[in-house]
Amino acid sequence: MEEIVQHLTPLLDQVTGYIYPNEIELHWGLLVVIYPYLTGLVAGAFILASLVKVFNVKELQPTYRLSLLTALAFIVIAPLPLLAHLGHPEKSFEIFLTPNVNSAMAMFGFVYAWYLMAVLLLELWFDFRQDLVTMANESKGFKRLFYRTISLFSKDLSEKAIAFDHKAVRVITIIGIPSAFLLHGYVGFLFGSIKANPWWSSVLIPIVFLFSAIVSGVALVILLYMVITPLRNKVVDMLCLDKLASYLFYIMIVDFSLEILDFIHRVYESEESISILASLVQNKLFSSLVIMQVLMGMILPLFTIAAVKTFKVPADLRKLLYFISAILVQVGIFSTRWNVVIGGQLFSKSFMGLTTYKMTFFGLEGLLVSIGLLIMPFIILWILIKILDPWRSEDAALSTPTTGQ
Amino acid sequence: MKNSITSKRRDVLKTMAGFAASLLVPKVVRGEKASAKPFDWADDSIHYDPHDHKWGMGVDIDKCIGCGRCANACKIENDVPKEPFFFRTWVERYEVHENGETTIDCPNGAVDGFEKKSGDDDVLRSFFVPKLCNHCENPPCVQVCPVGATYQSADGVVLVDADYCLGCRYCIQACPYGARFLHPVTRTAEKCTFCYHRIVRGEEPACVEACPTEARIFGELDQKASPLHRFKRMNHIGVLKPALNTEPKVFYANLDMEVK
Repeated sequence: MEEIVQHLTPLLDQVTGYIYPNEIELHWGLLVVIYPYLTGLVAGAFILASLVKVFNVKELQPTYRLSLLTALAFIVIAPLPLLAHLGHPEKSFEIFLTPNVNSAMAMFGFVYAWYLMAVLLLELWFDFRQDLVTMANESKGFKRLFYRTISLFSKDLSEKAIAFDHKAVRVITIIGIPSAFLLHGYVGFLFGSIKANPWWSSVLIPIVFLFSAIVSGVALVILLYMVITPLRNKVVDMLCLDKLASYLFYIMIVDFSLEILDFIHRVYESEESISILASLVQNKLFSSLVIMQVLMGMILPLFTIAAVKTFKVPADLRKLLYFISAILVQVGIFSTRWNVVIGGQLFSKSFMGLTTYKMTFFGLEGLLVSIGLLIMPFIILWILIKILDPWRSEDAALSTPTTGQ
Repeated sequence: MKNSITSKRRDVLKTMAGFAASLLVPKVVRGEKASAKPFDWADDSIHYDPHDHKWGMGVDIDKCIGCGRCANACKIENDVPKEPFFFRTWVERYEVHENGETTIDCPNGAVDGFEKKSGDDDVLRSFFVPKLCNHCENPPCVQVCPVGATYQSADGVVLVDADYCLGCRYCIQACPYGARFLHPVTRTAEKCTFCYHRIVRGEEPACVEACPTEARIFGELDQKASPLHRFKRMNHIGVLKPALNTEPKVFYANLDMEVK
């Protein structure tokens, strides 16, 4: 009690205009910013992976498994910030047992479970089954038992079985694409369906969320691929990287167009809330929205990749520019999440005033925990790579000269 | 004892949920035990069937003098934390200036009333507006609650089951009127209940009883003999944010266009 009073009292002086008296406490803080950021990366990475399987984009094959494992590593952590921000995390299971079917949030558990169990784990299992069986055969003792267990004791390496694996992966990917859309579109709907909040209430929000998710997922895979490949003493496949950058570029253009449409629509309609929203953008969100999200996170990387595509840029410089662009995109998408979640709570629903968000460092909802939650997926990814050795067959093919097909 | 069907079903589901959970989940307790329930169904001295009632409130803005007795009474009656961040009801002061600008203030929810302002010669009109949960017929908070902890009782009152509430605060985001807060001790959502523990005993909400000018009228919406019915018949009535289609059951007489 004292802690929260100490936290809120200085904020009273920072209110400009009039806010309802209950609005001084900002209810969804940094953790709720991280949650859509993480789910966005999951959906984006998965959709990138599905390009290989469904649309046969051969150039992206080197990042296929990395994308899937990235999606898995991030989805495991994605619900943790939500759980940590609850007043009563110990009651969270009630969402599964007695959900209110009218509530967008109640459906989260089911969408999440569906995506994790029916899509991601299943696709990974079929994709890795052959490798897992082989690794089990090649190892001994506990390791052997471990691989046997995660391969669910399957041993069949016949051509027929492997052909079935490939078919299964394809079918699951086809189901997986709408599921990934659902996963992140639904996160957008959580915000977009709140009619009390004009900053959130927009039919475009789920779609903007979706495209920004793909943007962030592709950019993350670019970064991971560029970092991990040299660490494995391998050479970055420039064809793959150029293709990744191309996809990033085109999806960013769609994403940016949607955001501009949303902006123009709001300004043109100029509803009751327009003056407070204008004041919000000019005062509270100027650096995070105009500078970080739009200039640094969108326009600068768009121009960079466009320049790379237009001029003949040597491979090393191209790599550097892609890398910088992908980092900028991450900063931009994180700012997007921040501007939606925090921005939507910085103005009063009376439309008469603005308030302030004060981040804490310690505590469950503080900066420290949030940084931890952002690092954890990378640790999980590292463990997954160690266990599953996703480039196994690829490396084997490179080391033994093939006769060609 | 009269038990409503929904409450029985809720109890059965809760028991089932608790039992299933006890098998699966180790009990982790965080925060303190929720505050007393608004209404104890086991109390045999109370004969109240929510199906027999439809509650609403009328607020006559012209009668409000901004003394803040209502906001103060509410805090005492409902054990609302005294700090200036948590309110079930509050009073706003509006000043419409000659240049068309409107200023609103609400120091500490008007629990201690307002201090007189001086030197404002350009004030065109000024008035006080008491605010509280509108107990919407079409409540956005109930729609979004992931577990149904916030629900609409058969008598139209929107309540929160603190034992059920996860503290996700989605309802706080969904309320267009800023009528909800998270109780800093129980860590569950809180709001005006029309003093449910009082109305089931045939008493009036504390704010209504405390008002010295009868600016607040509480009563039945569907009964012609009710003072609220008369209030709605005798005044020009407005509700807050009608465009949002929440259908509030708090009705304002002499509502100014500037009221937010």
